[in-house]
Amino acid sequence: MPADAGPAPPASTADRSPRAARLGVRIIGLGYLALLLLAPLAMIFYRTFEHGLGPVWTAVTQPNAIHAFWLSIELVAITVPLNTVFGVAIAITLERHRFRGRAALGLLLDLPFAISPVVVGLALLLVYGTNGWFGTWLTDHGITVIFSIPGMVLATAFVSLPFVARETIPVLRELGTSPEQAASTLGATGWQTFWRITLPAIRWAVVYGVVLTTARALGEFGAVSIVSGRIEGVTQTLPLYVQDRFENFDTTGTYAAAVVLALLALATLVLMNVLTRRTRRAG
Amino acid sequence: MTPRRRPRPSIPGAPRIGAAGIGRGLITLYLSIIVLLPLAAVVARSTDGGLGAFWNEVSAPEAVAAIRLTVVLSVIVVAINAFFGTVVAWILVRDEFPGRRFVNAVIDLPFALPTIVAGVVLLALYGKGGPVGIDVSFTRASIVLALLFVTLPFVVRSVQPVLIELDQSMEEAAASLGAGPFTVFRRIVLPNLAPAIISGAALAFARAIGEFGSVVLISGNTPFKTEVGPVYVFSQIENDNVPAAAAVSIVLLAAALVVVGLLNLLGRRRFSYAR
Repeated sequence: MPADAGPAPPASTADRSPRAARLGVRIIGLGYLALLLLAPLAMIFYRTFEHGLGPVWTAVTQPNAIHAFWLSIELVAITVPLNTVFGVAIAITLERHRFRGRAALGLLLDLPFAISPVVVGLALLLVYGTNGWFGTWLTDHGITVIFSIPGMVLATAFVSLPFVARETIPVLRELGTSPEQAASTLGATGWQTFWRITLPAIRWAVVYGVVLTTARALGEFGAVSIVSGRIEGVTQTLPLYVQDRFENFDTTGTYAAAVVLALLALATLVLMNVLTRRTRRAG
Repeated sequence: MTPRRRPRPSIPGAPRIGAAGIGRGLITLYLSIIVLLPLAAVVARSTDGGLGAFWNEVSAPEAVAAIRLTVVLSVIVVAINAFFGTVVAWILVRDEFPGRRFVNAVIDLPFALPTIVAGVVLLALYGKGGPVGIDVSFTRASIVLALLFVTLPFVVRSVQPVLIELDQSMEEAAASLGAGPFTVFRRIVLPNLAPAIISGAALAFARAIGEFGSVVLISGNTPFKTEVGPVYVFSQIENDNVPAAAAVSIVLLAAALVVVGLLNLLGRRRFSYAR
């Protein structure tokens, strides 16, 4: 169901409530959004650019800032494809098949939505850390998970897991099984049916899920903070870099890095809106 | 049409993608490695020293203070956002004003914005040296502000679709029988929206309980005063006090599980964003 406001309600109902009440509700709602969302966001852009572009550019081209940016991109490049492929597979399994443990699988899929990132970080430490379940084995085999990329990938994959599947499932449900059954009656193999029927039908939902996954993966802080060890210029992602600059009282550096992430978030919003419109047209 | 949410049997001859034991096995393996195994480790480690030790950690004064602060502030925040979220959903669906589309898009900002940036953004306006002359940093008010920010979309996005689908003829009937706009809202609209408001509020609560990134910069993290549960867990990890971190994690985990489980039971899952 699209959340977009859609067409305006007919004028007859709009006229029924008195103008003053309508205006009052509008002012309360918009005022709240302005104070909570828009004013703070506008402020950070103003603060960042109040002394011009020069200092901002110097701040974002610091070697540690650049490294943090590319590290974040690297994590996205690994986790997003992984969670996309498995997300689609999970969606099809959950929506198209009935089997024992299906409800448990659904619950497992939803957990990352609700679990605190610090708990995720701790959980990974307890499995892969030096004193963790696999700690000794990993050390013996010279594999480092915690305080290095693999641990960060696991943390990011955990928190961004559900999006593709949860966006795809409702579309699969709406599509129904008849097109797929028709294809299979006509002799299409499972893969052919998937590539020619299912995937084209769910593609925008998948893309939408990918946008959400990317935003989540890019911004993850708590879990990655614990698992990475926050080693400057080594395991410091962009969100961790923001915190590091803040704690070193580097206002320019903090704001500059925060604005980079805020711009990426705004790009996400634009994409989400374009895609919502597109899925609605396709549907 | 098949009735919704009714389990349908697997259709013979339906495409076998993912159905093949291999596919399902791979998925289960992936979910197990990514989600189940780590969580099992937390559960196992929290009771390493027996239930007594677990209870000692959970009932340590600093832990109790942190958990209590988290729960109390989350309840306050969810109540505020349940009200304002419903108002915002209302104006997005029923009102007509320039820039409505833009406002609709902006609702998801707290979701798209990294949580650490949310903290920085709020400090830029409401922190020390801000233009409005308020300084909330290192107070409980700052935690409320941060949690309000990150949980804003939940109620809005949960109520909005229900409001769009809501048949206005009931309201028209009530109004034609002489009910004023507030009576119509209270007696007709609100009862229809209540389930959506509750499920949105539940998700917001789960999120608020676990929130870390937006709070950590802004709250000062003073034990017994401005230290919330997740920050307590974080500082215990930093101090190598794993049993304490694991015990409080279990409390946070249980809260999340209860909320997700209840929503699943009620069949009111609306995790999916913005649609």
